[in-house]
Amino acid sequence: MKNSIKYIAGLFCMTLGLTSCEYDNYDEPKLLFEGNLVYQGEPIGVSYNDVYFELWEEGWQTFGNIGVSVDQDGSFSSLLFSGDYKLIIPASQGPFMSMTNTETNSDTIPLNLRGSLDMDIEVMPYYMLRNVSISGNSNTVNADFSLEQIITDENAKGINEVVLYLSKTTFVDSRTSISSSRIGGADIADLNNIQLSTSVPDMTPTQDYVFARVGVRIDGVEDMLFSSVQRIDF
Amino acid sequence: MKKYIYSIFACLILFTACNDEEFLNRDPQNILLEDQVWENEDLVLSVLADLYNRLPDYQTIERWWEFANFDETFASNAGDYWRHQNVDYGYGNWGMWDYGYIRDINLFIEKAERADQLDSEVKARFIAEAKFIRAMVYFEHVKRMGGVPLILESLEYDFSGDPTYLQYARAKEHEVYDYIIQEMEDIKGDLPDGGTRSRATVGAALALESRAALYAGSIANYGQLTPNVSLPGGEVGIPASMADQYYTISLNASEELMGLGTYELYQNDPDPSENYANIFLNKSANNEVIFAKDFLVQGRTHGFTIDNIPRSLREENTSGGKMNPSLNLVQSFELLDNTFAPLPTTDENGDPIYYENQLDIFEGRDPRLAGTVILPGASFRGSQVDIWGGWKTTDGTLITSDQLGGRGTLPNGENAQLVGFDGPIPNLEWSAQGGFYLRKYVDTSVGSGQRGTGSAVWWIRFRYAEILLNAAEAAFELGDNAKAAAYMNEVRRRAGFPTDLAPSEIDFDRIVHERKVELSFENHILWDYKRWRLAHRVWNGESVDLTNNPGDAEAVSTRVFGLRPYKVYDPGSPNHEKWVFEEFIPTPVFNPHRFRLGNYYSFIGDNVRNANPKIVRNPNQ
Repeated sequence: MKNSIKYIAGLFCMTLGLTSCEYDNYDEPKLLFEGNLVYQGEPIGVSYNDVYFELWEEGWQTFGNIGVSVDQDGSFSSLLFSGDYKLIIPASQGPFMSMTNTETNSDTIPLNLRGSLDMDIEVMPYYMLRNVSISGNSNTVNADFSLEQIITDENAKGINEVVLYLSKTTFVDSRTSISSSRIGGADIADLNNIQLSTSVPDMTPTQDYVFARVGVRIDGVEDMLFSSVQRIDF
Repeated sequence: MKKYIYSIFACLILFTACNDEEFLNRDPQNILLEDQVWENEDLVLSVLADLYNRLPDYQTIERWWEFANFDETFASNAGDYWRHQNVDYGYGNWGMWDYGYIRDINLFIEKAERADQLDSEVKARFIAEAKFIRAMVYFEHVKRMGGVPLILESLEYDFSGDPTYLQYARAKEHEVYDYIIQEMEDIKGDLPDGGTRSRATVGAALALESRAALYAGSIANYGQLTPNVSLPGGEVGIPASMADQYYTISLNASEELMGLGTYELYQNDPDPSENYANIFLNKSANNEVIFAKDFLVQGRTHGFTIDNIPRSLREENTSGGKMNPSLNLVQSFELLDNTFAPLPTTDENGDPIYYENQLDIFEGRDPRLAGTVILPGASFRGSQVDIWGGWKTTDGTLITSDQLGGRGTLPNGENAQLVGFDGPIPNLEWSAQGGFYLRKYVDTSVGSGQRGTGSAVWWIRFRYAEILLNAAEAAFELGDNAKAAAYMNEVRRRAGFPTDLAPSEIDFDRIVHERKVELSFENHILWDYKRWRLAHRVWNGESVDLTNNPGDAEAVSTRVFGLRPYKVYDPGSPNHEKWVFEEFIPTPVFNPHRFRLGNYYSFIGDNVRNANPKIVRNPNQ
């Protein structure tokens, strides 16, 4: 009996140890901050896991940032604590330039998070893809589109190349493409009428669809600008 | 009464027993004090030895896995497959911020300058050596991080609560290179010419100057290709106008080193492949080595041979064969007539080419290939290496085994060996999964593949052939093709090329290629590709096939390819038991490498930037 009391006491302590956590931990972040990177309301397509922006919150001993990455269709979402953040898109990120915020007179956007927030971030892209139409069959995929140059002042940049990518999954860019075709920037005769076509290779395991989109690489800009991903069924 | 006497006696003893001064001021028996160290040459040397020992390397024989990060080699070790499966390199990769080390060197220099018990010549040499180490460390920093704070004295905190006077901003990138070049010019007079290869010499100082100035020159020159890899303050990026000046400094330093006459190309063996392999193994009669990290059996050894010896020749029950040089690298060794070609596996109709011997497919290639790589059918340590993937029938069926040297029945009922004792077998680690083994730096002495003994092969940081190639590159960039050809041909003649390159044949692709093959597995590829701004173009993240143009510096190469030899099964035909070869991608390789612009300069940790707000962030991260 004496022994079993010891065991019971020990077990009791263990239970206490295992269940006590809820008393000394924070609640998890609950506020949803989501939206899109847009130009005049139109989302900007980018490649996955490549473009991100930073949220900085002052008042902490070690001053680091929360990186929020932008999805392929230009959307983002992040769960946060309530607080006052500063949002900044690093200069090297994305096929666009940051806009000056009227409140801070810089590219820093103040973010006073008290409840969940759905907010679009306006940026200034170098180019926009217009009238994209992608179609195809089990042999070839064709894309027709035009390009509108948005930034035309001293910050204007030329086009390095335009590329049509095919992928087996909805992640479509150079890293995942199974077939691609490209036109160098100098070889584009008419920005309003660009055509690309590429062949559909054999896939293992076979599937009767591919995903496709076109991208634009701008001179001196690492991240490409993309159209939205399209599924093509044969 | 007796009691009292004893007590008084005891008290007397207690109070008179010791001389406090002497008792409390004894020298410690277990450590050496600073002034004891600084009056004895041998002890100072042992402090210096520690500083030498801490010199950092990225890819080295003590860290074989780092070689597998690019496309020189496949890591045949399950724990390292991720190197071939990650797309992106982390921004923090190959970063370094070691101011603890720099402080130790600074303290050494300051104390050496104050030491008055040392012979003045010896003292000058010690100081020069420490300055050489410090310049090496700054070079290591600048090639990884760009400009870093140049701190050349020990800093002391005054406990005032305000550390701002200790916060230095980053120097401009070219200022760090200027410092290295100037420092080497200043100290070389205090260093001996030759006599040692593990301590600083005039040659080592000039070699560092030659390499650093070449890096600075090419960053200035090729940095124009990536205008966004720069910072407005010049912490990263060097103005294009400074290129010629740096190339000139590099060329002069290289030529001064050649003029010393202390070093020469190693040419002791008549067989060029053997000769090339021995540069890295022979430590006694080797005037090619300028500066190396040395090892000693029963002193300090490393496990490079244990990890990389061909599987069937290993001396331990575990490990071996971890590095499989890639087909990408193998095919970039050119033909003896100075032209490039992929390895001929199929003829113009797409039919396989049948070879009598396995080595025939590598016939007529640069002898350095067989000196760098153990090819299928080649011998190592006097035994033939057994690399073949199975029997191939005429209709393409493969008869193989999933065990090394596994046996089984052939269609005609004969019991035979179905696969080589050295692989390749898909996913079988520690064997030639890619079809090749590494030869460079793998020790041939018996016992070096055993854990208890280990290998004492040294790690060469500077050697004469690199200086010749540095000079060739600098001369080429300065427009002196005749000189460039002369220096490059010296290296190529030693390698075994019968025909020299004409000055008109020297171009950028040639420079890139020559360094790639001569200096493979010597911790050059990453730094070279970074300074030429080739890294983001060659490792661009696209899954492309193996290039058909191995001599093209910009040919995309993002995945490691292998080459599998098969025995032909076709009884009755003349092709029976001949060899065919197939290119393939080892099964663990499934993602391409992507070198992003933000990888050109490594990420500086948040902790560093928090502690010192003057440190600016590197671009594109």
